[in-house]
Amino acid sequence: MHPSASVIIFTSLSGLGFGLMFYLGFGMPEVRGWTAFWFFLIAYGLAVGGLISSTLHLGNPQRAMNAFSQWRSSWLSREGVAAVATLVLTAPYAIGLIFYDLNIAALGWLSGILALITIFTTSKIYNQLKTVPRWNMPLTPVLFLLYALAGGGLMAGQTLVAAMLLLVLTLLQLAAWQMGDKAFANAGHTLETATGLGHLGKMRLLESPHSSPNYLMREMVHVVGRKHALKLRAISVVTLGIFPVAILLFLPFSHTLALVAIASHVIGLFTSRWLFFAEAEHVVGLYYDKR
Amino acid sequence: MTTLPKSTTRKLGLVIDLDTCVGCHACVISCKEWNTSNYGVPLSDINAYGAEPSGTFLNRVHTYEAKSTGCNAQTVHFPKSCLHCEDAPCVTVCPTGASYKRQEDGIVLVNEDRCIGCSLCAWACPYGAREMDAVAGVMKKCTLCVDRIYNENIPEEDRIPACVRTCPAGARHFGDFADPESEVSILSAARGGIALMPEQDTKPVNRYLPPRPKTDVTDESKIDILAPFLAPIATETGGFLGWLDKALEKI
Repeated sequence: MHPSASVIIFTSLSGLGFGLMFYLGFGMPEVRGWTAFWFFLIAYGLAVGGLISSTLHLGNPQRAMNAFSQWRSSWLSREGVAAVATLVLTAPYAIGLIFYDLNIAALGWLSGILALITIFTTSKIYNQLKTVPRWNMPLTPVLFLLYALAGGGLMAGQTLVAAMLLLVLTLLQLAAWQMGDKAFANAGHTLETATGLGHLGKMRLLESPHSSPNYLMREMVHVVGRKHALKLRAISVVTLGIFPVAILLFLPFSHTLALVAIASHVIGLFTSRWLFFAEAEHVVGLYYDKR
Repeated sequence: MTTLPKSTTRKLGLVIDLDTCVGCHACVISCKEWNTSNYGVPLSDINAYGAEPSGTFLNRVHTYEAKSTGCNAQTVHFPKSCLHCEDAPCVTVCPTGASYKRQEDGIVLVNEDRCIGCSLCAWACPYGAREMDAVAGVMKKCTLCVDRIYNENIPEEDRIPACVRTCPAGARHFGDFADPESEVSILSAARGGIALMPEQDTKPVNRYLPPRPKTDVTDESKIDILAPFLAPIATETGGFLGWLDKALEKI
C-alpha cells in the first residue's frame, strides 16, 4: 500500500492523543488547573490534528459529514462517530478539572473507555480488509491499542506502566512482522487463483493493460520502499521500545529525560507505521504480477 | 445504507469468454466513451498526450501467459471490470452510504454526490474494479451500464452494456444469473464458468469461461491434422491416366 503521509500522521497522532486521553480519563495522573490544561491541550491537539490530517487524503473533504452516517456497517464511519463522541464527552470533564477544580469521575471513566473504543475502531479500518493479508491478522487491533496505551502512558508520566507496555509492544511488534511476512502466502492468493486459470499452468503477466501506472498501482502496489525494510524495523524497535524503556527503568526520572523517551518513541512509532503501510501487500497486485 | 441486501431479485452480470477474447481493447474504449459522457462525472485523463498518460477506466484488459511443463505457452486475454459481488466488501466499508448494491438487480453503484473519495472501497476490492477519479475526487466503477440496459430512448438491441454491445468477437455476454434458463446461466454451466479469487469469499456474480483445451502439439502425429486428408487414396491407378503414367515411367 502507498504509505501516504496523511494516514501515517492520522493513525500515529490520533492514537497517541486518544491514548493520553484514556489515562487522563482515569485520573492518571490526577491533574487540576494549569497542569490539566496543558495535558488536555496536548491530548486534544494530537487527536484532532490526526483526524484533520486524515481528511487531507479525501477527494471531497467538504462532504466529510456524510461519513458519520453508516456506523451500522462501516468501521470508518464508526471511527468517526467514536472519535467525535470521545472529544465531546471529554470536554466537560476537562473543563471541570481545569476551571472548577471539579472531578466528574464517572464522565472521566466514560471518556477513557470511549478513547479506547476509538483506537480499536481505527485499527479495524485496516484490520477488516481481507485484501491485505498483513493487516487482516488478530494482532493488528492489539498492536494499535498497545501503541496508544504505551505512548499515552509515556506522555501521562506513568513510568512503570509505560515501561511494561513498551516491552510487550516491542515483542508483539516483532511477532507481527514475523507473522505478517507469511500472511500473504498463508492466505493462498496467487495469480492462478486471481485469474482462475491455474489448470492451464503457471501464469505470468505478458502485457500490462496500460502503458504507465494507474490509480490502482499508485495506491496499492507500492514496492519502492521495501528495500530498506529490515533496517527500518531495527531502527523502529530500538527507538520505539528499547531506548525509552532503558531511560525509564535505569535512569533517574527527570522531565528532560522523559521528553527524550517520548521523542524517541514517536520516531519509532512513525517508522513502524510507515512500514505498516509500505510493507502491506494488496491482492490486486497479483493481476499486475507485482506485489 | 451500506449494508448489503440479503438477496437480490435478479443477479445481473457478465460472462466473459476467455477462449474467444482476442484482446483488442474495444470494450475498454467503448466503456470509456459511454461512461465518460453519461452516468456521473466524466472519466478524466491526466497528461493524456504526455510521456506518462494516466486515466480513469472502468474496464481493463490484462494479457497473461500460461505455461505448464512440457506444453507450449498459451496467451490469455483477460478483461477485468466490476464483478458485482453478492458479498461486496466495497459496499460495507463505505462510511458515507455512497456505495450500495441494488436489491432489484444486484448492480453495485456509487452515489457520487455522497462520495467523499476516501479510497477505502478501492482498498477493500480484491479485483481492482474501483478507480478514484483524479479530477473529480470520487470513486468510479462499472455501472453495468445501468443507463443503457433500462433506457427506453435507445433501440432495443442497444439495451445491453456498452462493452458487450461493442465486442467484435462476441466474447462478452450480459444477463441474469438468478434465472437458470438465461443465456449467461446456461453458458456458464456448460463451460465451467470461473469465479475469480474465490478464497476472498466475495461471491462474484460475473463468470469467466476458461479457454477450451488446445491440441497437444508435443505429439508429432497430432500436429498436422490435415495430413491424413491429403494422403493419396488409390495406390493403383487404372484407365487412360494409369496407362499414361506407366508409359511415361518407362521412358
